[in-house]
Amino acid sequence: MGGNVATVPMGEGSGALPPRANLICFGASAAASAAVSFALGLSPFVWLVVTGAFTLASISIWSMMVEGRRRALDRVATIVIAEIFVLALVPLLSLVYTVVNEGLARFDSEFLTTSMRNVLGDGGGALHAALGTFIITAIATAAAVPVGILAAIYLVEYGKGRLKRAITFFVDVMMGIPSIVAGLFAYALFEIFFGPGIRLGVMGSVALMVLMIPIVIRATEEMLQVVPNALREASFALGVPKWLTILRVVLPTALAGIVTGVMLAIARVIGETAPLLVTTGSIDSVNLDPFNGRMANLPVFVYEQYKFPGVPPEAYIERAWAGALLLILIVMVLFLAARLIARRYGVEIRR
Amino acid sequence: MSAGPISAPEAPGSGKAIRRPGDRVFSGLAIAAGLTILIVLAGVAIFLIGEAWPAITAPVSDLPDGKSLIHYIWPLVFGTLLSSTIAIIIAVPMAIAVALFTSHIAPKAISMSVSYLVDLLAAIPSIIYGIWGIAVLGPASVPVTQWLSDHFGFIPFFDGPASTTGRTMLVAGLVLALMILPIVCAVAREVFQQTPKGLQESALALGATRWEMIRMVVLPFGRSAVVAGSMLGLGRALGETMAVTIILSVTGTITFDLISSENPSTIAANIALQFPESSGLDVNVLIATGLVLFAITLAVNMFARTIISRREAAGGR
Amino acid sequence: MNLKKWLIAIPLTLALALGVAACGSSDDDSGGSSSGGEAVSGQIAGAGASSQEAAMAAWIAGFQSDNPDATIAYDPVGSGGGREQFIAGGTDFGGTDSAMDETELADVAKRCKPGEYIEIPVYISPIAVPYNVDGVDNLNLSADTLAQIFGGDITKWNDPAITAENPDADLPDQDITVVHRSDESGTTDNFTDYLQQAAPKFWPHEHDGVWPLKGGEAANGTSGVISAVNSGSGTIGYADLSQVGDLGVANIKVGSDYVAPSPEAAVKIFEESKRVSNEGKYVFAYDLDRTSTAKGLYPISLVSYEMACTTYDKADTAKLVKAFYSYIVSEDGQQASASNAGSAPIPDSLRKQISPAVEAIQTS
Repeated sequence: MGGNVATVPMGEGSGALPPRANLICFGASAAASAAVSFALGLSPFVWLVVTGAFTLASISIWSMMVEGRRRALDRVATIVIAEIFVLALVPLLSLVYTVVNEGLARFDSEFLTTSMRNVLGDGGGALHAALGTFIITAIATAAAVPVGILAAIYLVEYGKGRLKRAITFFVDVMMGIPSIVAGLFAYALFEIFFGPGIRLGVMGSVALMVLMIPIVIRATEEMLQVVPNALREASFALGVPKWLTILRVVLPTALAGIVTGVMLAIARVIGETAPLLVTTGSIDSVNLDPFNGRMANLPVFVYEQYKFPGVPPEAYIERAWAGALLLILIVMVLFLAARLIARRYGVEIRR
Repeated sequence: MSAGPISAPEAPGSGKAIRRPGDRVFSGLAIAAGLTILIVLAGVAIFLIGEAWPAITAPVSDLPDGKSLIHYIWPLVFGTLLSSTIAIIIAVPMAIAVALFTSHIAPKAISMSVSYLVDLLAAIPSIIYGIWGIAVLGPASVPVTQWLSDHFGFIPFFDGPASTTGRTMLVAGLVLALMILPIVCAVAREVFQQTPKGLQESALALGATRWEMIRMVVLPFGRSAVVAGSMLGLGRALGETMAVTIILSVTGTITFDLISSENPSTIAANIALQFPESSGLDVNVLIATGLVLFAITLAVNMFARTIISRREAAGGR
Repeated sequence: MNLKKWLIAIPLTLALALGVAACGSSDDDSGGSSSGGEAVSGQIAGAGASSQEAAMAAWIAGFQSDNPDATIAYDPVGSGGGREQFIAGGTDFGGTDSAMDETELADVAKRCKPGEYIEIPVYISPIAVPYNVDGVDNLNLSADTLAQIFGGDITKWNDPAITAENPDADLPDQDITVVHRSDESGTTDNFTDYLQQAAPKFWPHEHDGVWPLKGGEAANGTSGVISAVNSGSGTIGYADLSQVGDLGVANIKVGSDYVAPSPEAAVKIFEESKRVSNEGKYVFAYDLDRTSTAKGLYPISLVSYEMACTTYDKADTAKLVKAFYSYIVSEDGQQASASNAGSAPIPDSLRKQISPAVEAIQTS
């Protein structure tokens, strides 16, 4: 027994298990339960459960005998945590698998290059919806990011007293706005100016902006707060005015983190369905003008293909899955971009 | 990482600097941005209250169920709280375990890719969770709920009769749990990783096992942040619309039975289901329910904020 | 780090991320005017009943193919929203599952001034009663039995009331799971209207777009009902016939026969029903008589109307609405909706009646 771990006496037990004891137990349990499951004709799901239970039981007994109660508890806790981790991953992987599996059926070049204009039954695509999602989200981002970053700068660099407390509080309030309420608000706002029944791409942007601003503020605030004060003071000492210090020293230092935060905020709102359902309307054709006429977008496209299928329904359901896959891919690309940026241009401050 | 300003003696920006005209413009811009938020929020509040007002003042006989507004909203509040509670009960322990796994147990390479995956899951659109719930999880839950109702029927939660389609409160709660797990997990992971190295190492040096170190150092250190993260997740679960709309079989019954076809609706789902075909006063009633949801979410967020600020005041980091 | 570089990097990444799909951004409408002098152009928008969404998609596709420069949008916001937006002038046209009531007619008269309000039935589709019971391929139900099943009075598939009507079927001793809509819908309104008319003894509820009872199983939208009936066992629901797929559908007792749902059987209801008089020259609202015992008639059907005005502020809008509605009413249009939505083409007699309403739209 190569006891490179237990140099400190551990109480009751005195020995130590081999370095890869956990793995050994897991392997043995997996094999044993596979044999049992195969003999009894049980499903893979049962096999997983039995493996988990066997691993837990064998390691605790073994460790209890050799190492004593406290080390046994440590191993059990480790394995329970690892097992819960796997348990949490199963449905999440199932989700991704289902979307990819179902979505690939229609995830072809036609899907990416055509709209639903004049399409009935089979065929057609989500170009109009993808472009709409792009425009709506871009406008929301263009509006939310400057406001959010400036507000965060106010909170961290300038804010004091009652106004700061009030804004901090109301950012929290804004975080809690249910997405459908944001949509209803955007609708009511535009209704005042354009009359009832108004549907515009930009209305969706307003709704998303309301949801996005607090996320951007929170992320930026966090990043600005971790910029070391010494940097600011050094800049002040050189006679640089405060606004230039913020612009030239503080912001660039925090930029990677802020970009990550913005990307996460975009990813968060890009899949919002409920607020867009009541603001952007639906249309089968490409519309690139957010200030004129209805504008399709991916979440609503997925929802409506799923909810109002024509004949045959399968073609519509397949398009819904493919739309969902496209949406996930977009979110994933955004995430990758955020990660790459964070890694390429500086340390990720968050951890 | 360097010490955050929370524990730093001075707040950032408190240092002396020369004030220039540029400063006035820039700080003016920043204040304007802050005020923009207040204006937007005031707009939302005015809209909500203004649109809800007719429903609050309307004669009782004009309301959708002919009884009082409270009578209409109560089952929805009940359903909202019930589904979110299930989600929280399932998601929080799992999120803590996943966070501990990435912060203290898994090798660094695995933990990096796992955190990426978990972050990604936080951004999967809720409608996709909804379609997955109805296509995969619902049908898969049927044998399990049937078994629960056969063997544990004496517990009110599993009273049955078990749904044969799987569109139950339990499944809705599970899907909500999956949706908020990444959120709670991200917060928990962050705070676990910030646990002072010195404390952890001294615990180990004193002979504690890794689990004892986690239990005695990491978990207490992260407790308030985990509570705050859970509240954040709870906020999302409360306001979740599309997934519940697609999955849950809503019949307006107030029941603790989690596995039957008869379930109360939630506020957000009810708005999404009824808003399209509504007109006149019914719309006002729906917006009044939205106001209630807003109030509940606000209360949850404020509670989270209090806990966070108490931790900061106590120098928790 | 250079701030400017960053400011370029952010939108660039965004564009890359989202622009993947934009590579081939060509759309059919770039073709220009290919058809003859009759083709109209421009954009109109409507909103309303989601029940006609599939039919509307067919009409829009057919119409836009003939008129490449025209774009028509239809929001399936629901009948209530459709009527409200049309009355308020937010939309140029609209669809609704139920005809306007008196107050709405008074309001819409103001919107259409100086012209008149048009309301024409153009979509009729049978509502089937799909079920999923192992070993049962054929199910006959009378209105009374149906009302008792959906009302929760009959809870087992081998209930005497059901076996009496299906002596040959092998009905199991299984609980019935009734699936109804969780969202407010015209389908529910028409289905409960049938129960109320045909089985008043067992169905004391007023017809409504919201399911009147607690209990049972609820699902979102037609596709939700179908997937619930499909995935459960011992289930029964109601949904548009075109969407039921492989599920068995019940035959409904009319007179002494059991009638299977079909578009042809559904459309017969127009011959038995009366137009509601004196609501307006161009208002063709019908009181559907679901108790008729006419041979071969299927009584559970959904009728949906289109709304328009005889005058519009802009001549272009009027031209488009007129051309679009002419297409919807035409045989081509009705054939298009029949194949994409499974609806019944309106009979020629009805077309003759409602055509003058479309013709009355003034384009100059």
